Amino acid sequence: MIVLVAEPHAGRASRASLEALAAAQTMRAPITVVLLGDGADAAARDLAAADGVVDVVVLDHERLHAYAADAWIAALAAFLCDTAPSHVVFAHTYQTRDYVPRLAARLDRALVTDCTGVSPIDGGAAATFTRPMFQGKTQATVALDGPAPHLVTIQIGAFRADAVRMASTPAPVRVIAAAVDAADIHQQVEPPFREAKQAVDLTRADRIVAAGRGVGSQDGLTTAAELASALGAELAASRPVCDAGWLPMDRQIGSSGQTVAPRLYVALGVSGAIQHIVGMKGSQTIVAINKDADAPIFEVADYGIVGDLFEIVPAIVAALK
Amino acid sequence: MRIAVCLKQVVTREWHVRVNASGTWVRDDEASWGMNEPDGCALEAALRLKDAHGSEVVAISAGPARVTQVLREALGRGADRAVHVTGDDLASGDAFTVAAALADAVRGVAPDLVLTGLQSDDQGFAQVGGVLAERTGMAHATIIVGIEVGDGRVRVKRELEGGWFQWVTLPLPAVLTIQSGIHQLRYATLKGIMAAKKKPIDVVSAPARPEGGPGVRVLSVAVPTRAKQIRLIDGAPAEAARELVRALREDARVLGPGDGAGVSAHTVEPGA
Repeated sequence: MIVLVAEPHAGRASRASLEALAAAQTMRAPITVVLLGDGADAAARDLAAADGVVDVVVLDHERLHAYAADAWIAALAAFLCDTAPSHVVFAHTYQTRDYVPRLAARLDRALVTDCTGVSPIDGGAAATFTRPMFQGKTQATVALDGPAPHLVTIQIGAFRADAVRMASTPAPVRVIAAAVDAADIHQQVEPPFREAKQAVDLTRADRIVAAGRGVGSQDGLTTAAELASALGAELAASRPVCDAGWLPMDRQIGSSGQTVAPRLYVALGVSGAIQHIVGMKGSQTIVAINKDADAPIFEVADYGIVGDLFEIVPAIVAALK
Repeated sequence: MRIAVCLKQVVTREWHVRVNASGTWVRDDEASWGMNEPDGCALEAALRLKDAHGSEVVAISAGPARVTQVLREALGRGADRAVHVTGDDLASGDAFTVAAALADAVRGVAPDLVLTGLQSDDQGFAQVGGVLAERTGMAHATIIVGIEVGDGRVRVKRELEGGWFQWVTLPLPAVLTIQSGIHQLRYATLKGIMAAKKKPIDVVSAPARPEGGPGVRVLSVAVPTRAKQIRLIDGAPAEAARELVRALREDARVLGPGDGAGVSAHTVEPGA
C-alpha cells in the first residue's frame, strides 16, 4: 500500500498533489490519500474519485489548520506508524521541503526528494527513482535502502495532473483525530503575506526575453533589454539576476517567481536550473542562447545557439530590423 | 551567541560535468571545487549577525581533506574557527550520512544557531538542514530570507511559493536553511586571508555508518536525453541570428514579418 500525502489549495487538491497522485498511480499499488490543513475536507472529495485510491483520510486537529512543521511531522509520524505503507509519496513543494526531511529522520526511514520518474520493480513492492543531480546536468537513478516505508517527493511538473485516472466509485473519506501535542510544536507562525504588490504580470505576456546570470552584470542586462524592445517582449530574469538587484523581484520567472507560458520565450545566459525551468517550460517556442553547450536550458529549448550572447543578441536585433 | 555554519564543498557550476566510465558517478577527480552557493549565503547571514551582535561564527564542513579549501575561505571572510569532519565517503554520501557527520560536530560546538544553505548544488536533496535539526533536537525552519535574533528565540522570514512570505518564531537553539539572495556576499580580504592562517581548524572523524540503515543509493548517473527536439543553429553570429529570425518567422510562426522593424527605445529599464 502507498500513502499519498496531499496539500489542499483553495478548497481543492493542489495541482502538485494531483501530479504526485499521477506518479503514485504508476506504482500499481492501492493508495491511501492523507490530507492535512485548511480545506482538507473539500480537497478529499477531489482525490477520492481517483483510480487506485482505496481510502481517503483527513487528519484533524485544532493545530492542523495553519501550517507548522512540527504539527505536520507529529500527525504524520503517528499515522504512518499505524498504517505501515511501502512508500509515502509527496509533491516536492516548499511545504514538504520544510517538514519531510525531519519526518524521515524521526521515522528513521529513507527519503528521496525531487523525483522526476518512478519505476516499480518486483510487482510494485519496490521501486527505483530518477532525479536530477548537479544542477540538472545529470540524471541519476537511485534506490532506497532500509526498512519501509520509503519516502518520495515528486518534482513539480514531472507528472501531469490531467493524467490522473478516475474510478467509477469514489473511495470513502474518513476524518481521524490526529495525534498532535501542542507542546511538541516549536514554530510560532504568523499569517502569510505578499511583499509588495506584483507590479508586472508576466503571465499575460505574449513574448518574454529572460536574462540569466550569464548576462554577467547590470550593464549586460542592457543587451537583453534591447532584444526585448526589438521583439516587443517583456524583460524577465532568473533568480540570480533578481537576487543581485539587476532587475526587480517581480520580474523573476521560476518556482519562487512567476510561472509563464508565452508564445515566445528567449532565454539569454540562463543555465536552466530546475527552479527556473518549472516556471517557463510550458512556453510555446523556447529559444536558448548560452555559451555552455551543456546548459540544461537546451533540454527544453526548440532553438539553440551556443555562443557569446553579447555577439549574438546584437546580431538578432539587427536581423529583426 | 555562537553560530555554526555548515558548508559543503561542491563541484563548481563552471565545471563541465562528465560521467565516469561505469556510469555510476561523475568524474570528480577532474573537477574544480568551491563553496556550495547557498551555503555561502548562510555564511554571509552568520557574518552579518556577527557584525550586529558580536557572535562567534564556527564553520563546519564534512568531507575529504580537500574541504579545508572552503573552511579556509570561510575563515578568510570572517569566521572565527572551523571544524573539519573527515571521511572520504562523505562527499558523495546521502543526506542522512552527511547530517550524522555534521550532528556530532554541531553537538561539540554547542551553538545557539545553525545556518546552512537550503540545498546543495551537487545532489540537491534539500534534506540536511531538517535531518540535522532532528538529530540534534533543535527547532528548525527552512528557505529563510531574513533573521531577527531576540532573547532566547529567533524570528525568521520564510519564503513561500509564488511571492508569499511568512514570519516564524523559533526557540533557540535552532537550525535554519538559508535561501539565496539573502545578502550580497563579501569576499575574503587579503588581511582576512592572512588572519585566517592563524585561526584553528579542529579535525574530527565522522561516526561509522550503521549497517542496513536507511539511505539513498545512486545506481547510475547519466547525461539526460533532451525532452524536445532542439534545433541548434551554428555559424557566425550574424549568420546564426539571421537564421534564427527566419526560423521564428517562417517555421515556428511566432514572429510576424514586421516584428522588430523600427523599434528602437527600450521598453524596460534594467534595475527599474
